[in-house]
Amino acid sequence: MEEALLSISNLNKRFESTGGHVQALYNVDLHVQEGEFITVIGPSGCGKSTLLRIVAGLDNGYTGSVTLGGTEIGGPGIDKGFIFQEHRLFPWLTVEKNIASDLPLGNKEIRRKVDELINLVKLNGFEKSYPRELSGGMAQRVAIARALLRNPKILLLDEPFGALDAFTRAHMQTVLLDIWRANKTTMIFVTHDIDEAVFLGNRVVILEPRPGKIRKIVPVDLPYPRKKTTSSFQELRLKVLNYFEKVDELELIDGAGI
Amino acid sequence: MTNQAMAVRTSGRPGKVTTLGLGLLLPGTVLILWQTLGHYGEISEMLFPTPYTIAESFVTLAASGDLWPNFRISLVRALSGFLLGGGLGLLLGILVGLFRRSEKLLDPSLQMIRMIPSLAVVPLFILWFGIGEESKVLLIAKGAFFPLYINTFMGIRGVDNKLFEVSRVLGFSPIKQVVRLVLPAALPNIILGVRLSLGLSWLGLVVAELIASTSGIGYMMSDARQFADTPVVFVGIIIFAIAGLVSDSIVRYIERRLLRWQDNYRG
Repeated sequence: MEEALLSISNLNKRFESTGGHVQALYNVDLHVQEGEFITVIGPSGCGKSTLLRIVAGLDNGYTGSVTLGGTEIGGPGIDKGFIFQEHRLFPWLTVEKNIASDLPLGNKEIRRKVDELINLVKLNGFEKSYPRELSGGMAQRVAIARALLRNPKILLLDEPFGALDAFTRAHMQTVLLDIWRANKTTMIFVTHDIDEAVFLGNRVVILEPRPGKIRKIVPVDLPYPRKKTTSSFQELRLKVLNYFEKVDELELIDGAGI
Repeated sequence: MTNQAMAVRTSGRPGKVTTLGLGLLLPGTVLILWQTLGHYGEISEMLFPTPYTIAESFVTLAASGDLWPNFRISLVRALSGFLLGGGLGLLLGILVGLFRRSEKLLDPSLQMIRMIPSLAVVPLFILWFGIGEESKVLLIAKGAFFPLYINTFMGIRGVDNKLFEVSRVLGFSPIKQVVRLVLPAALPNIILGVRLSLGLSWLGLVVAELIASTSGIGYMMSDARQFADTPVVFVGIIIFAIAGLVSDSIVRYIERRLLRWQDNYRG
């Protein structure tokens, strides 16, 4: 097998608290090839955000190994782009300055790349706007451009469209796929929306909670662009949903004991 | 009136004319009442010289050339005290805000000094530095230091942790973290500190000049008091009021320019 870009082996993570501890991740193994689009789905509390934050270098104190391009994750850095659920733009900077952030816009090369990215995320005409003047979808596009400017090896997205309305969300999914196909950036996309997971991913990783572990990895061999109305899409969606319902039942039994 | 109507229609908020009118309503009424009562001898001319008499006194002072040099020396004192105290407050506020260790080291002592009333240290300052410029500037600086110190400190501690996470993900260097994240995020508090510090600088100036001085607006006023020249005292008060208002307006103008990005309730 080809050497994976991202290798997660035997990953365990516990959160200690006064009332005991929570096993957030349990023996997680995941290998992501370069250029792949992985979606991670699971009910809340299954550790999907924790998994992403560990890959980003934002959380540590885990056991097991997580390597990107052959080296262990040391801490956060520009080789791992991260998109949060909220856009988290700097409110005092305009769109173009937010994209550049700590890089000088006066530099010709950076200026050119920023303009290119503004084009890519279709924000022409809003270069000089402040975040408060943008809609949720636009702000999230700025955040994506900001991450892409640093040419990350992998882009990690933590429910990035969770706060958007259905129409904007569908639009953003198409925009993201366009970006993925244009840049061939490897993506890990966490969501709790089954449609979204099947629509975007090459593979859908289904997590289950308590302890958070991988229940199943479902390959999605539908050609892009996908249509949510086709029967093959619906079939895959049901397949994923089936695994999900098993997770749900477990939760119900678990919950009944309380 | 068309101006007013248009402003109301376009923004739904009071227009410029209305705002100015509202601001002048109260002082205008008081002035007219004051002048009328004084004119008909209803209030003592000795304690409350009429606005007209005060204006006359202002013109005389300005013409004699007494006013401008006194005002200039007061202005220099207030500004140097503000720059010294405010600058130090900003610097230490940043230091203490950024590093927990410097907070533990400096903050308790500074809070102790803050609690000492300015008037209580006047005798000490005069003993140490005489009644020259140093003691006055230092007295003003002591007052100007704390608002900027406390507000800068608070502003830095109020920076959203989520944005810190972003700066880590984007690989900001520690210096960039301060310059591109901490300071802009703390700017609303810092500017508030500047406004309060400036106000306290004028306050400290009056204290310093009334107590021991041979020049300045405050000296002019205490000198006038000894000769029961009430109009001059009023001129001094009005000059302080106007100087304070102008300096505050300048800061507020800068604030509006710098904080255009803010998305707050504007009344």
